[in-house]
Amino acid sequence: MSDAPAVVTELEGRFGADAFTAQETRSDFPTLWTSRERLPAVLKFLKTEVDRPFGTLYDLTAIDERFRKQRDGQPDSDFTVLYHLLSYGRNEDLCLKVGLADGDASLPTATGLWPAANWYEREVWDMFGVRFDGHPALRRILMPLTWEGHPLRKEHPARATEMGPYQLPDDRQDREQEALRFRPEDWGMKRSHEGTDFMFLNVGPQHPGTHGVIRIILQLDGEEIVDCLPEIGFHHRGAEKMGERQSWHSFIPYTDRIDYLGGVMNNLAYVLSVEQLGGIDVPDRAQVIRVMMSEFFRIASHLVWYGTFAQDVGSLSTVFYTFNDRERIFDIVQAVCGGRMHPSWFRIGGVAHDLPKGWQGMVRDFVDYLPDRLLEYDKIVMQNRLFKARTQGIGAYTVEEAIDWGVTGPGLRACGFDWDFRKKRPYSGYDQFEFDVPIAQQGDCYDRAVVRIEEMRQSLRIIDQCLKNMPPGHYKSDHPLTTPPRKERTMHDIETLINHFLSVSWGPVIPPGESFVGIEATKGNNGYRLVSDGGTIPYRVRIRTPSFAHMQMIPLMSRGTMVPDLLAILGSIDFVLADIDR
Amino acid sequence: MTDVVLQILVVLGVLNAPLILAALLIWLERRFLALLQDRYGPNRVGPFGLGIVLADMIKIFTKEDWVPPFADRAVFVLAPAVIVITGLMSVAVIPITETIGVVDLNIGLLFFLAMSSMGVYSVVLAGWASNNKYALLGGLRASAQMVSYEVFMGLSLMGVVLLAGSFSLREIVEAQSDIWFIVPQFLGFIIFFIAGLAETHRLPFDLPEAEAELVAGFHSEYSGMKFGMFFVGEYVGVTVISAMIVTLFCGGWHGPVLPGIVWFGLKLLFFILVFITLRAALPRPRFDQLMAFGWKVLLPLSLLNLVVTAGVLLLLKG
Repeated sequence: MSDAPAVVTELEGRFGADAFTAQETRSDFPTLWTSRERLPAVLKFLKTEVDRPFGTLYDLTAIDERFRKQRDGQPDSDFTVLYHLLSYGRNEDLCLKVGLADGDASLPTATGLWPAANWYEREVWDMFGVRFDGHPALRRILMPLTWEGHPLRKEHPARATEMGPYQLPDDRQDREQEALRFRPEDWGMKRSHEGTDFMFLNVGPQHPGTHGVIRIILQLDGEEIVDCLPEIGFHHRGAEKMGERQSWHSFIPYTDRIDYLGGVMNNLAYVLSVEQLGGIDVPDRAQVIRVMMSEFFRIASHLVWYGTFAQDVGSLSTVFYTFNDRERIFDIVQAVCGGRMHPSWFRIGGVAHDLPKGWQGMVRDFVDYLPDRLLEYDKIVMQNRLFKARTQGIGAYTVEEAIDWGVTGPGLRACGFDWDFRKKRPYSGYDQFEFDVPIAQQGDCYDRAVVRIEEMRQSLRIIDQCLKNMPPGHYKSDHPLTTPPRKERTMHDIETLINHFLSVSWGPVIPPGESFVGIEATKGNNGYRLVSDGGTIPYRVRIRTPSFAHMQMIPLMSRGTMVPDLLAILGSIDFVLADIDR
Repeated sequence: MTDVVLQILVVLGVLNAPLILAALLIWLERRFLALLQDRYGPNRVGPFGLGIVLADMIKIFTKEDWVPPFADRAVFVLAPAVIVITGLMSVAVIPITETIGVVDLNIGLLFFLAMSSMGVYSVVLAGWASNNKYALLGGLRASAQMVSYEVFMGLSLMGVVLLAGSFSLREIVEAQSDIWFIVPQFLGFIIFFIAGLAETHRLPFDLPEAEAELVAGFHSEYSGMKFGMFFVGEYVGVTVISAMIVTLFCGGWHGPVLPGIVWFGLKLLFFILVFITLRAALPRPRFDQLMAFGWKVLLPLSLLNLVVTAGVLLLLKG
């Protein structure tokens, strides 16, 4: 942390210097501790009173601190709840922490300030057992409703083998099914209104239109959606808990499976965060290779979205065309990385290998090939009048709503807000590239599509620049924490031998501290918050995913629309379930 | 005596042809769609993958015949039969060549419209009897959509009736020996084509099934041969609508050089392929948009068509 940003002075001016304790972290924004009593006033001040306010509750999570050893001067706490706020006006983040004691872990809710706090608070309750007083419906969100314990507490077992064999006798099955029964009263929904009985339609968890296992309960008046309720968690695999058992290196493959269409883009957010903790500088060549592969995956992800979105509004063919194109990207990915959807190819300190011989030809072919195809899809999809009738004016939200609900990525740019983290907070050398940030004005389904399609063209531009300007040099850093180290730097003498041996057997030991890096991923801002206790495994891995925030907005977007519109809306926000549930 | 035998053979042939055609259409649609969508389609079983037709039939005949315990059993069983029966009844009045045709009713056109109205019951009853919310939504959409589009379908054909001066399909075809009615009745043709799409609930008008939103719509609960009946019914519907277009607008069996039955077959195939191509090309409108389009655009147009046709005819005669 360099000199304290203005917000710290403003906070201290308002609440007094002793109201906060600053914490040194590796991330490039301030982290302040405050007390439970003062928290609501501080949050309110930051959201509504301060000049250029912190409009977005970017993340809300917790850390179980009870087994952490290296806390160097932080206030004492058993659980730390953490509010990550984002101010677009300042282009600054702020992290507020509140320490809680085990047995008295409760906080006042922030749902009054940010509607987005709803799901985040439910998640913290579900995972840590921290209560939020005044929350409208504090119940489990990711775990099954019948689950016992709070999984991200350190005493909760992390492995199936620690929990005894799983069995599902009839009585338990009945109990689980009964727990899933939807009762409108539990959610404050009415069964009828002014003589009209509503129909409750259960969409999912198995439904062709939901792109995965999610349940959305619709309150219908005829075909009009009065209200709806997304229920997530069916795809929860405990990625954050797994992070607490994997070495820094061996967690990389798990990140691929978070946004499973984003491939190495997930690796990028994670390794950047680890590199921030370790203070590792990555050579230029590795950076450009990373950018190139990430942009390939951005296109691949957008192509899947394009086809499935068109299919959601009934156009059958596009999905086959775009999957064919995506296959061409996978050919390149396969040649470069060896893998396809989940290459797990980025490494701490660089990438796994250098680019293969002849990569230029493959990349050049693709860069020349795709623009014509995109023009063709414009004709069959975007310019189609039926398609426009189905998507224009549907599922629109304003910039203010988007900021309030924590929307990032194309969904934010579609309502006329020029914000791309690659431009505003360049990482991995994005400031060296020329590209435009496409925006649109209406914020409806059609405009979200317009933005993504133009983004593919811009990604092609970036790839083209990578192709023309690939710097020479190493594909991995010389830093000792680089895992695995470059072969030339191993087995020359006892030092290099030991270093190599340790980093491939135990894995690297990352210095204690906290880091956070968020990147402009395929679907919005994807961030990794890492806490190291100075060991070979992370103490806490927090994965902030864009789809979680976007999915929470579904009721707002779909109220008053018809059932087919819901499908258009779902298609247009481009989520993947693993990115929501982790 | 031979006349009677011949007539029985024609009846059996004409009634079986749509069923066989429907089975072949499943293959044709899958291969042709695949061609349009840059993929292969079924190409492994038998020559050109034609064996898939047989394999599908074996599969669908041997599947468990299951009726959901919560369904209205009698109606649930009746519904799929209705769509096939009404489809086949319509075929009976279609004149295939000068000599081939099951029956030549003097109200053939009205009979066809009546049968297509009856077909609506199949979808509505299936949606109702399934006692499933998705099926119900599909059934509701189907009843609204098909009842509305029936109106324009009937009206759009009145121009043809005026020109031919008859409701008999055979006479309508014969009236086209000089010029196909598609030329003077182009607007009527377009409206009939659109209404026909809606009647057979094929994409882009497949709202009653709309797999992305309603899972499978009115036939969500159906499986085995009962589902197969809907499937066959849909293809019979496509065949019938195509055959009606050929009969009413494209001169039926008329055509140079080749024999009438070949011409009829070629024209029929052409329109079936148009149906399939549309499925590959278009997205699906929303329910209210479909209704608005019908009542606000198609209805005035078909009325206009009727009035103008009648006016021109009066002028020419006067």
